[in-house]
Amino acid sequence: MRKPNNSTRRQFLGLAGGAAVIGAVPIVTLRPAEATPAMLATAIRNVVGEAEVRTGKVKLDVPPLVENGNTVPMTVSVSSPMTPDDYVRSIHVFNEKNPQPNIGNFYLGPRAGRAQVSTRIRLADSQKVTAIARLSDDTFWSVSVDVVVTLAACTEEAI
Amino acid sequence: MPSALINVPRQAKRGDIIEIKTLMSHIMETGYRHLASGEVVPRDIITSFSCRYNGTEIFRADLFPAIAANPFITFFTTATESGKFEFEWIGDKGFSETASASISVE
Repeated sequence: MRKPNNSTRRQFLGLAGGAAVIGAVPIVTLRPAEATPAMLATAIRNVVGEAEVRTGKVKLDVPPLVENGNTVPMTVSVSSPMTPDDYVRSIHVFNEKNPQPNIGNFYLGPRAGRAQVSTRIRLADSQKVTAIARLSDDTFWSVSVDVVVTLAACTEEAI
Repeated sequence: MPSALINVPRQAKRGDIIEIKTLMSHIMETGYRHLASGEVVPRDIITSFSCRYNGTEIFRADLFPAIAANPFITFFTTATESGKFEFEWIGDKGFSETASASISVE
């Protein structure tokens, strides 16, 4: 009498487990697409080409802890004399985990006087933000900053 | 209604490095949000911003959905001569706005 009971319980558990696994799949696929490290690498390659990217010269000011990922103030500055012979051509900002790896490209010139740009960005998750500067001698310099986001952008539904 | 806020110093000495602050009101819809019905809200962002100083381009930016709503951009330039700054924003769905500010340089 106990044996058949036992086997139904086992069957039930097996079915329930299977259902849980099947149920988990749509949850995973419903998540918004994330930029993968490969996408980030490709986006950076599109900007720098084959050139070597060195660390330094660039300063990225982002609050380390962000409450609202929908507007995150960001300032990028590059230490450069900004003379006609030695200036910053462009600044490119990337992220790791938003749906797209690009944040913005900013093109300056020697007339800028100071190589500094500020804007407000969106961050979909706690992640690394990378800024790359291209100088007039076509060298690339980068910096990366980790940001913790409590309320992510892009998660709320539009009405 | 689209509207721009521009902050440029009215006066500067020749050679001064001045800060220019710009804000354009725009929803910057990312194209990654869904309606309750599951439909994707189509992307509607400003893709390009540029600033010209007496006709010469001094700053340009490519914007992506990761730029927050109402894009606020600040940058610097050297005050070389009296004249006019012209700003232009271009985006999806034929969005195109311009604004200008003048400066007198001594």
